[in-house]
Amino acid sequence: MSVQTDDAPPPVRSTPRTTPPGTRPYADDRPGGPKQTTGRLPYLLLLPALAATAVLLGWPLVMNGLLSFQNLNMTQLIQHVTDWAGTDNYRATLGSEDFWRVTLRSVLFTAVNVAVIMLFGTLTGLLLARLGPRMRLLLSSGLVLAWAMPVIAATTVYQWLFAQRFGVVNWVLDAVGIHSMAGFNWTGGQIPTFFVISLLIVWTSVPFVAINLYAATTTIPKELYEAAALDGASARQSFATVTLPFLRPFLLVMTFLEVIWIFKAFPHIFAINEGGPDRLTETLPVYAFVEGVGNQHYGTGAAISVLTIVILLGLMSYYLRAAMRQEEDEK
Amino acid sequence: MTATATPVGRPRPVRAVSRRPRRGRARVWARVWPNATALVLFAGFVFPVYWMFNTAFKPNSDIVTDTPVWFPSRPTLDHFATAVRAENFLTLVRNSVTVTLLAVVLALLIALFAAFALARMRFAGRKSIILTFMVAQMAPWEVMVIAIYMTVRDADMLNSLVPLTLFYTVMVLPLTVLTLRGYVAAVPKELEESAMVDGCGRTQAFRRVIFPLLAPGVMATSLFGFITAWNEFPMVLILNKDAQSQTLPLWLSGFQTAFGDDWGATMAAASLFAVPILLLFLYLQRKAVSGLTSGAVKG
Repeated sequence: MSVQTDDAPPPVRSTPRTTPPGTRPYADDRPGGPKQTTGRLPYLLLLPALAATAVLLGWPLVMNGLLSFQNLNMTQLIQHVTDWAGTDNYRATLGSEDFWRVTLRSVLFTAVNVAVIMLFGTLTGLLLARLGPRMRLLLSSGLVLAWAMPVIAATTVYQWLFAQRFGVVNWVLDAVGIHSMAGFNWTGGQIPTFFVISLLIVWTSVPFVAINLYAATTTIPKELYEAAALDGASARQSFATVTLPFLRPFLLVMTFLEVIWIFKAFPHIFAINEGGPDRLTETLPVYAFVEGVGNQHYGTGAAISVLTIVILLGLMSYYLRAAMRQEEDEK
Repeated sequence: MTATATPVGRPRPVRAVSRRPRRGRARVWARVWPNATALVLFAGFVFPVYWMFNTAFKPNSDIVTDTPVWFPSRPTLDHFATAVRAENFLTLVRNSVTVTLLAVVLALLIALFAAFALARMRFAGRKSIILTFMVAQMAPWEVMVIAIYMTVRDADMLNSLVPLTLFYTVMVLPLTVLTLRGYVAAVPKELEESAMVDGCGRTQAFRRVIFPLLAPGVMATSLFGFITAWNEFPMVLILNKDAQSQTLPLWLSGFQTAFGDDWGATMAAASLFAVPILLLFLYLQRKAVSGLTSGAVKG
């Protein structure tokens, strides 16, 4: 993976971006910065962490790659036979309509959810910044409660909220006059199921964006607003010229992170309805799981997961570039 | 007109609307709407959590009803009793606690060394190593379960807590390294140096001076490790088929199948599962947020 790390852009945290990339060396490498430590000590200290990661994360990755070139179904699995299949799995996967449909669905699912999360999260974060201390405490405790709910507990609660019989959502919809929703089966169709999953994902993800964004607004120097006010800027103008440019790097990094997280979201989708009904809510990770483990096409499942990882790495390289920029200023 | 206070001292929203004829009302509105919105949002975010506890404490007659009961008038602990008495429950609690705590402690131990090296030393390959941890932190464990299953099966370790613990350790390790590094870097270098001048060795300086200062950071960092390991679901789903060796998330996800539409018991089980995390999170909230922004990660 090629990730540029050497063009250290200027600090994101303290000042808005002004210097063009590539003009400043890594802060600590400049003469006068901390001395270069020589010797083996740092590598020795890092060895346990790197070794553990290489063995327990690296090996499954390699294994995954190997399996994706094998014809591996229940028979081979039980008999411990290695049956090489060349690129058959990839050809079958890339040639199947299902795979592309699921990929498209994953992309749409990710795009919609991330857009909603970022918009809603940003507005909530800005609202937090406007509130008085007591209301802020109240709202942020509510956000933290939602944020801290373990995924499986949250999915279970959502299943209950949206239960066909005695679910509170159907009751409310009925009570406000939409009587056709009284006994609605939310997991009976693709769109309603996705709606429940998305609501769950948005509910658990917005707090992260909102709280982080609020934290970021508190670091904006007051002088910038004073200067803007002196120049006669209206509230809207000072928002556009001070707040927004300051928050842009945060928004960027958080968007990337959310894209990656939502794209590989598994438990939310799987625990709500296992990708159903009729496999209509499978996104790539769920598809890889259902094909591989559920339908016992282990080799095909591995190929799908390799393809998923490739897509994720592409997304990550964007994120890492942005993250490394922040990294440089935190020195 | 005595409305002096706007919600924030910064950009004055009042000015934007001051062109309107009815100034007073506009000002009151500018103060009211953020609070009103905040209340609505608060309700929206808290409601599912509230509904979980609410249902867990309600007698069945209040759950299976055509009109929802908004507040448990006759609270009962029956559902908790059902959940706790469920088959294997205590074994599963023990499994979950063991695996989670072991993974977090192991990751912390390994990560401390790495974080120290990354925060305090400059050496060739440092940036690539940081990058490696960043990538590893986002590893798609969910899609690698087949390979993990094969590896664990070939090692003859299915239905054991050992591979789970090891994998969870590595799952939380990158995050632990990256956040701890931030906390180590925040300890002034001078403290360490003066301890070394006073005759401490490097190790001693670390143990006596830096480590105590890291305690809050260690706690905040371990929170995220704790959440990750406590929640993990796909891996235990495929590795540990034997009921005795499973963990709570798996049990909870299958609870409904086992108990049919016993929503009271299901919500009691969900509450029992969520409470430790909710408490930890509320307790460590502030530190957690600062740790998050420095590590840019989620639990």
